[in-house]
Amino acid sequence: MEGRFPGRILPYALLFPSIAVIAVFLLVPAVEALRLSFFEVSPFTGRGTFVGLANFRELVRSDIYRGSLSVTLLFAVGVVALGLAGSLAVAVLASLRLPGFGVYRTVLLWPYALSPAVAGTIWALLFDPSTGPVTVLLRAVTGLSPNWMMNGTYALAVTVVAATWKMLGFNIVFFLAGLQAVPQELREAAQVDGAGAVRVFWRITFPILSPVTFFLFVMNSLYAFFEVFGLIDVMTQGGPGGATEILVYRLYQDAFIAARWGIASAQSILLFVMVGALTLLQFRLAGRRVVYA
Amino acid sequence: MSTLAREDALARPAQMVVAERRRRPFPWGALTVHGLLLVAVAVIAFPLYYAFVISTQEVSEVIQKPPRLLPSAHLVENYYEAWQRSGMGRLLLNSTIVAVGVAVGKISISILSAFAIVYFRFRGRQFVFWMIFVTLMLPIPVRILPTYEVIGNLGWLNTYAGLTVPLMASATATFLFRQFYLTMPNELAEAAQLDGAGPMRFLWSILLPLSWANIAALFVVLFIYGWNEYFWPLLITNTEEMRTVVIGLESLIPRSGTELPTWNYIMAGAMMALLPPVAVILFMQRWFVRGLIESEK
Repeated sequence: MEGRFPGRILPYALLFPSIAVIAVFLLVPAVEALRLSFFEVSPFTGRGTFVGLANFRELVRSDIYRGSLSVTLLFAVGVVALGLAGSLAVAVLASLRLPGFGVYRTVLLWPYALSPAVAGTIWALLFDPSTGPVTVLLRAVTGLSPNWMMNGTYALAVTVVAATWKMLGFNIVFFLAGLQAVPQELREAAQVDGAGAVRVFWRITFPILSPVTFFLFVMNSLYAFFEVFGLIDVMTQGGPGGATEILVYRLYQDAFIAARWGIASAQSILLFVMVGALTLLQFRLAGRRVVYA
Repeated sequence: MSTLAREDALARPAQMVVAERRRRPFPWGALTVHGLLLVAVAVIAFPLYYAFVISTQEVSEVIQKPPRLLPSAHLVENYYEAWQRSGMGRLLLNSTIVAVGVAVGKISISILSAFAIVYFRFRGRQFVFWMIFVTLMLPIPVRILPTYEVIGNLGWLNTYAGLTVPLMASATATFLFRQFYLTMPNELAEAAQLDGAGPMRFLWSILLPLSWANIAALFVVLFIYGWNEYFWPLLITNTEEMRTVVIGLESLIPRSGTELPTWNYIMAGAMMALLPPVAVILFMQRWFVRGLIESEK
């Protein structure tokens, strides 16, 4: 018996809703995207002409697409590096089990609930070129007053800050959970052996934390690739001059503004390859729970 | 009573000594740590605080330099104005329907499919499992164009079905429930069978009551996901009545470069848009944190 129920039709009936939703809204569209990526589709008739790999070739050669790819990578690196370093630092402090520790988690967690679009709106206010407090502060400290609506580099930095801020709560919660799993005795033993706090952190805490760090690396990368669409749309619409046009935004432009469905589908496929690589990497490494320092 | 008090008095000095000895290396360190943490909290919380402050000011206060960092007295009129301009009542209603719909729908179908995978042996079980696995790799933007076509063919543009059902197509929840059911002892189902309970009875009366903590955690995650989704509602709705709040907020933001943003109304709208998910996360924090960590690992 092994704790299983007999049944021929029931299990399929139970699976039906999930399978139907997945098939109709996920598998079929994914296959269709693959098919379309080999076609040049007319926006007026909807008819497609088979063009083989021409869409992919055009993308690889296109300066705009390459630019968008490097913007995305820069954006992702910024969000991951800034987010992980910042939240690890805060989590380490909050994990020292001082009185009042629980309060910090509560007050640090909530940005997770914000939508990227709302986060973007708030940061657009903070960086408002004339009245924003961050602008005013920057002007007072550095004497510079760059306008992020015109300066591409600055625009990218501003969107990275806004996007990172939204993920801090999420990262901190996971780092805190990971830090609580680090055996206290191990740290104490190292201290007895004369290792300083910094050394204990890098030699013991950090390696034990590496699965959490890696998990957060993947989640933050996926976030930077896909979920910040709303933030970009609200703050810059990809501008100025494509400086913040991440791949998803480019895809949106080509698919729904320019109606170039073949090219857009080819972009979907390339994105799929990138996500697939990240997800597989995560699953391969997630199995290894033990970390040897 | 008196003896107890005396014992207490006798015991106290010893306890204090222990406590002091334990704490002695730390007092300055602890203060520093709290100080640093408070700075971190201030930095993280400042944007939200400032957004709130601006939402209570009138235009002349918003544009004054240096920026005024204290709330003003125009909260009610700003929120009223933002509510009127954006049609906030309808936006919040739509977002609530979408968020609750996605959460309840996805949890329901995931419980059923996880139950089938764990408690039945049937042909194609492995195949189903892998099919579900693959969906983890297909976030919405990757399949956006053909999914949009499907919605069009179904006549689901500008409908709640179109807004919610495609967001349920992912396997994370099925995975979570599968993991959870696998930790249940086999004897549970065997005993139910010996007692003559059918599978649905077992699911309803035994498995579900054990799953509440997971369901609550997942509800928070999915509610927030549904509430905050931006790309999808932007595409498949083009009428005022079907907009969700994160999209509808845009009607408060000028798109032309010449018009200056009226930040006080925008922030009033933003505060109303972010309040429900933040409230959900704060009220359900205990389940949420546990469930989040379990489900993502």
